[in-house]
Amino acid sequence: MMTLSILWFLIIGLLFAIFVFMEGFDFGVGMSTQLIAHDQMEREAIMSSIGPHWDGNETWLVTAGGAMFAALPIWYASLFSTYYYLLMLVLVSLIIRGVSFEFTKHAETKFGKNLWMWTFFCGSFFAPFLLVMMLTSMIQGVPLNANGDAIGLGFFDVVNWLSLVGGVAGVLLSLVHGLNFLRLRMEGPIRDRARQLNKVLYPILFAGEVVFALLVIFQTDFFTKKPVSTTIIILFIVLFSLLGYYGVLKDREGWSFVGSGLSLSTVIVLIFNGMFPRVMIGTHGNSISIANAANSHYTLTVMTIVACILVPIILIYFIWSYTLFTKRINPKDNTVKY
Amino acid sequence: MFGIGLTIVGLARFQFAMTTVFHFFFVPFSIGMGFVVAVMETMYCVKKDKVYRDMAKFWGKIFLLSFAVGIVTGLIQEFQFGMNWSEYSRFMGDVFGAPLAIEALLAFFIESVFIGIWMFTWDRFTPGWHAFMIWMTSIGTMLSAIWILAANSFMQHPTGFTIAMMGGRTRIKLTNFGDVVANPQLWRVFPHLIIAAIMTAGVVIAGMSAWGLLRKKDGENHFFKVSLKFGLWVGLVGSILTIFAGDFQTQQMIKDQPMKFAATEGIYQNTKDPAPWTVIETIDAKGHKTSGEVELPKVLSLLTYHKTTGSVKGMNTINKELNDQYGNKKFGTQMGSELDFYPPAKTLFWSFRIMTLVAFIVLVFDFLGLLFSRKNKDTIENKKWLLYCLGIGIWVPFIGNSAGWFVTEFGRYPWIVYGLFTISQAVSPSSTIGSLLFSNILYFLLFTFLGGVMVWYSRQTLHQGPYFEDKDSKQNVDPFAKEAFGK
Repeated sequence: MMTLSILWFLIIGLLFAIFVFMEGFDFGVGMSTQLIAHDQMEREAIMSSIGPHWDGNETWLVTAGGAMFAALPIWYASLFSTYYYLLMLVLVSLIIRGVSFEFTKHAETKFGKNLWMWTFFCGSFFAPFLLVMMLTSMIQGVPLNANGDAIGLGFFDVVNWLSLVGGVAGVLLSLVHGLNFLRLRMEGPIRDRARQLNKVLYPILFAGEVVFALLVIFQTDFFTKKPVSTTIIILFIVLFSLLGYYGVLKDREGWSFVGSGLSLSTVIVLIFNGMFPRVMIGTHGNSISIANAANSHYTLTVMTIVACILVPIILIYFIWSYTLFTKRINPKDNTVKY
Repeated sequence: MFGIGLTIVGLARFQFAMTTVFHFFFVPFSIGMGFVVAVMETMYCVKKDKVYRDMAKFWGKIFLLSFAVGIVTGLIQEFQFGMNWSEYSRFMGDVFGAPLAIEALLAFFIESVFIGIWMFTWDRFTPGWHAFMIWMTSIGTMLSAIWILAANSFMQHPTGFTIAMMGGRTRIKLTNFGDVVANPQLWRVFPHLIIAAIMTAGVVIAGMSAWGLLRKKDGENHFFKVSLKFGLWVGLVGSILTIFAGDFQTQQMIKDQPMKFAATEGIYQNTKDPAPWTVIETIDAKGHKTSGEVELPKVLSLLTYHKTTGSVKGMNTINKELNDQYGNKKFGTQMGSELDFYPPAKTLFWSFRIMTLVAFIVLVFDFLGLLFSRKNKDTIENKKWLLYCLGIGIWVPFIGNSAGWFVTEFGRYPWIVYGLFTISQAVSPSSTIGSLLFSNILYFLLFTFLGGVMVWYSRQTLHQGPYFEDKDSKQNVDPFAKEAFGK
């Protein structure tokens, strides 16, 4: 029973890690539309670089949520009812972002195109900001009662230095990752602009990572409970960011993309490692552990069998779908019209 | 109408109803459109007639619009169980989470990946392979329906479980996953929903084509006539099959949820034998009385038992039975000696009638449409009144779908999981009136806005017509076109 529920804790972590890797660059690409594009044509070309993929990428989040419900429902219930407002705003961000792909295509007026480009930008900015805020607030602990409800959750439980820095770091990492993705997918001046912006962003990101690490030391029990693994994982986050920076400086966009993606995923590893074996940290001693959040052995077995069959198949056609769209996009000659 | 005041349970229920109904405008429509677009593209592969390719492209645009709105509103549904109904999630997680996770793994990935490919590869694959992409998308949408209905069917008619202590709380424990999937509710509601979805797509295509024909734009006549006929056939066959599928599902409802059935028929007292069918009546839900009936003799016996004899149990009788079965045994006497198991009878009675009426309206109008577009006596273009009726009637199946959903969900009252867990037990303890009011207002504004935009852009797409893009690209191809030098 315990082993299967731990396996599912790891699977949920893996699903979140894949989600931030994939959707991280989606969000970054969304922010790039207002940061490095000079006109509507370029904005739409940037948007089209993720046009066929964003929906599939977002499905990793839906799957992670579903897996939480299916394997550790007590966690699902506590987490999502605790972060009611944040999650609601995350959903609104994802909604306005999701429709903007289709609506931009149909917009005819300048106002319409601008509107959907800005909803695209705002959704892409606020979704990672609020999501990482939720995660970084969660690891500091919330006042849970014995039933697992955060009644009397204060504003500063959610909005504080760590969660704010975490949110900003999430946005920065996504943006850097998105710019690295654009360097892979685009032709022409946008590639250079992406690189130039990344040259500026990486030093800021490193500063942010240091502040984040310090706040993790003082605001969470990660270092007291797991000093070695936490330190190693934080080093890896920095190391992957350095790899990304190296790729930017040497113009090796492949390396920089891998580096920025892995640093995002490693943030999830840090969070899951620090929480283990808890899933919700209660400040009044009512933490929820994997053991008492988990479903029955039978359900977990069913889910494990289902996942073992389906995940490899998903990965095959998911990766295949990316191989179909490898041609670099030139904004002046963009066949994918938005 | 819904008996909802400013209580936490009331607001959480209102939010669930609102988000579900809104989501459910787009879900059946997307399922149906995905299917018919796949059929259109296949017809192009088989018949090699370019009009079918144009149809798949044009109606595909409408499909993509509704798919986009449908998918983003579905996001709220998934997280809402944790946000507003955390006690429900804790109690039901062992059974309810699995279908949702499988839905994501098995259906959402197929849908989202293949629709992405389909949208952008019109010129990359052979027609057959390209049609394969939309078929995968369509299959994905239907698989998704199976799993979400599996979860819902458990709430209507729990199977394959026991109640046990897990992690220090009383929860449902899954004992047989096969029973959850084989739930008779599921396999009776699924055909009903899928066929109604396809009918919805047929009605919209026929209706929009009717507007297209009324506009009489050069070069589009053939396209819209073929589309109209296609839509009419889909709608006609769909409406007939929906009626049968609905009856098939009702048989299960009579068995599993007699209270829901009695409410949809507005019966408080047991009927006489044979039972007459009430067409309309006024319902006094508080006094448990009805008056002013218009009745058709014997019809209810026929509908219920498929024969001309047999009485049908009324809500008063069933309420007593449910009290014996669940009442004080489960909840003690603190809620009064007699518990109230009456669902909102007015809503159910009228929803059921509206739903049925919709199927018949579609049946009649699509039949007339096909009658006037027969090969040798093709006069549909001159029948302006009919074209207007078809065009205006686009929204009719959406009302029918929502009404059907009302019957399913309101009829479960007061249970959230039939016989096991009530709605008021299920709500999040950490919810506040403020948070719920805020999210209700925000979602409402967002939904109204998105729905409005979607309808607006669909209208615009219709106005541009099926050959809009072709003209556009021709301008780009020919460097000596007049437009290249300005007017």
